[in-house]
Amino acid sequence: MSFYLVQFLSGLATAATLFLVSSGLTIVFGVTRIVNFAHGSFYMLGAYLGWTLVERWGGTPLGFWGAVAAASLAVGLLGALMEVGLLRRLYRSPELFQLLATFGVVLVMQDAASWIWGSEDLLGRRAPGLRGSVDILDQPFPLYDLVLIGLGPLVLGLLWLLFNRTRWGTLVRAATQDRDMASALGVDPARLFTGVLFLGSALAGLGGALQVPREAVNLHMDMAIVVEAFVVVVVGGMGSLTGAFVASLLIGQLQAFGILVFPQITLVLVFLFMAVVLVIRPYGLLGRAEDAPPTAASPGPPLIAAAGMARWVPALLLALLAAVPLVAGDYALIVLTEVVILALLAASLHLLIGLGGLVSFGHAAYFGLGAYGAALLVKHLAAPMPLALAAAPLLAGLGALAAGWFCVRRSGLYFAMLTLAFAQIVWSVTFQWYGFTGGDNGILGVWPPDWAAGKAAYYWLTLALAGGALLLLRRAAFAPFGYTLRAGRDSALRAESVGINVRRHQWLSFALAGSAAGLAGGLYAFAKGSVFPTLMAVPVSVDALVMVLMGGIQTLSGPVVGAALFHLLETEAMSRTDWWRLVLGAVILVLVLAFPKGVAGFVRDLWTRGRES
Amino acid sequence: MSRRLAVENLQRAFGGVQAVRGVSFALDAGEVLALIGPNGAGKTTCFNLLNGQLRPDAGTVRLDGVDIVGLPPRRVWRMGVGRTFQITATFASMTVRENVQMVLLSVHRRLFGLWTPAAAGFRDEAMALLERVGMGAQAERPCGVLAYGDLKRVELAMALAGDPKILLMDEPTAGMAPGERQELMALTSSLVRERGLAVLFTEHDMDVVFGHATRIIVLDRGQLIAEGSPDAVRADPRVQAVYLGGAA
Repeated sequence: MSFYLVQFLSGLATAATLFLVSSGLTIVFGVTRIVNFAHGSFYMLGAYLGWTLVERWGGTPLGFWGAVAAASLAVGLLGALMEVGLLRRLYRSPELFQLLATFGVVLVMQDAASWIWGSEDLLGRRAPGLRGSVDILDQPFPLYDLVLIGLGPLVLGLLWLLFNRTRWGTLVRAATQDRDMASALGVDPARLFTGVLFLGSALAGLGGALQVPREAVNLHMDMAIVVEAFVVVVVGGMGSLTGAFVASLLIGQLQAFGILVFPQITLVLVFLFMAVVLVIRPYGLLGRAEDAPPTAASPGPPLIAAAGMARWVPALLLALLAAVPLVAGDYALIVLTEVVILALLAASLHLLIGLGGLVSFGHAAYFGLGAYGAALLVKHLAAPMPLALAAAPLLAGLGALAAGWFCVRRSGLYFAMLTLAFAQIVWSVTFQWYGFTGGDNGILGVWPPDWAAGKAAYYWLTLALAGGALLLLRRAAFAPFGYTLRAGRDSALRAESVGINVRRHQWLSFALAGSAAGLAGGLYAFAKGSVFPTLMAVPVSVDALVMVLMGGIQTLSGPVVGAALFHLLETEAMSRTDWWRLVLGAVILVLVLAFPKGVAGFVRDLWTRGRES
Repeated sequence: MSRRLAVENLQRAFGGVQAVRGVSFALDAGEVLALIGPNGAGKTTCFNLLNGQLRPDAGTVRLDGVDIVGLPPRRVWRMGVGRTFQITATFASMTVRENVQMVLLSVHRRLFGLWTPAAAGFRDEAMALLERVGMGAQAERPCGVLAYGDLKRVELAMALAGDPKILLMDEPTAGMAPGERQELMALTSSLVRERGLAVLFTEHDMDVVFGHATRIIVLDRGQLIAEGSPDAVRADPRVQAVYLGGAA
């Protein structure tokens, strides 16, 4: 009995941290509508700054708590700085572009933290006066965790007072519900946003700094927490602080007891929970439909079918690419093979985002399903490569058909988080099902047969298959299928009232995009000769998203340009410096600020302007 | 003989508020029926109940004798009920012509084609419809940049593309200049004669209502309080009370 009580209490302590971070996230998202990936980085930075300050001042209780507060404030200031220096310049950009910018910040902060604090885990000192533990029914429980448990409701109470008893808080709530109305009332949105970013980031920093006495500070804290915080926000219901609090409590307990009850599926329990909640309660536990903001990409200008000379650009590009092996060496061919594969991955995601307004955070699942489908066939059935490559899009398409059925029933960020949940489920099954998938050892020896083993031969094969699929996707975008998808995005109301079954069309698009990603995955498996669960992990989904956004979502060439740019940059930077994240992040930030419509969008604007003048 | 549209005892509540209570009326081919009433009388709710946007708590809606209650909007549309919205809803990322082509593709059930470009489908039909509503000259413009009055015309062309038996028009002339209003309603009336349409529309502009409706029904707080020819309705004391705020 006492064991369960202690387990329950440690669940509460986890929940307190989760709540601090996710309350910041929900406030920032509510007002600015920005999917702020950097929120996790602020948490990590809070932990590192907290560690440094606690080392210096943490000998006394006053010093310790002062250090925690100072770290939180410093991170808050950094958040405000990010708003003023970066996000503010992007409010007129396509939605989601800020997401790309915050991802650039994530990369920069990772390397900055690694540069300042090193890559070793840092163990902080315990909080003075709270070092010991208390006995609860004869079980020791850390005193510090008890303080944390009290802190959660305390912060909730303070935030409630802030939002319900102060003028600033009322303005923030007004802006959360109706941004246009708030600015019509004379609220300066820029200043409000700066303040909100300060508050949200400070909360993340506080959550991070409070971890110092509990766990080692490391460079992986950022992505882990931001994904969890998004889960909490979505489960609680967007824009609801109380919802975030309740969701934190539930998820804290789920983590505390899940490991006892379901040791086999611990990795995925939280995501399963979220999926179930969203299926039952579309807007989260305490969310209301009207608070759910659409994150769908806003409709862009009409897709213009290339006319005149431009019509031949794709064919010309393919011909050029086909000629590359005549001049290039093996290394260049390997990189280029990867570029072509990733271009297909990005283009398949663009079908959802650019045409359907459906932002998926879990597209890697189908890339991974394709790769594993091919590799498993080779490993278990000794299937020949052509069969394995044919099975890859099929399996991924079936997976997407199954997951998509649930996902398209929700929209906006709820859709995005459901796709993430399914991706995490697929990933954790792959990761934990050792007997069949080899777990994190992956599957090795997935090589092409002799006729395709040469780098040039495999490159040509990739170019033919992926290039063909890319042309098909392009064709589909201009065909009724693509138009219908856009119709549902532009106005679901109108589409439904002219006989279009929007949800079914989105579902089929999801499956089509999934199977295209699956073909990319199958090709990738044979290119690398091996597959690992990381292929379907969150970073790959995020990479694909970044490629699409970098290229620009408003053009069909965008994802191809973005994939090439991203992969070449990453490969170049990685081969030249250990600080490749810094380089990549800085390049993303520069690109975002210089080309707010994406690179391909910028080129197209130049082109149309040139033709008009 | 069954009526084109026969509505009986339609009911719908939101929470505790009875928005539509026991509304019954009928509509025949060739009629232009105006549904009027003060703000909040339940006009838009009525429309949403008719085209399947909302499900009534009780009552029947028969189209040529077939009950269509419970069908989703896309099915109701396929049975011949076109609609324009109070706040125009078009496909902003497409050109005017593509908007109409999109509807024609849906009419002909060509939504899943992956190969032939959509812009090639039913081009002439789309142009003919756009010419009919006076939007031919703007066919190649993106819908997102049109003036509001022009958007209303595009919506009309889109509704006509479905070759409807009944056209539901929710405030078809809102946001238009007075001249434009009369023009659009004159166009609507001539379409009714040409195609044997039946039109049900809501409108706040009384000049438009009394100038173009063949019959009028009046809704107040969810209930029909009057029905008849424009002259009869104009003379009805209950209608005058509702509109002039006299004794209730």
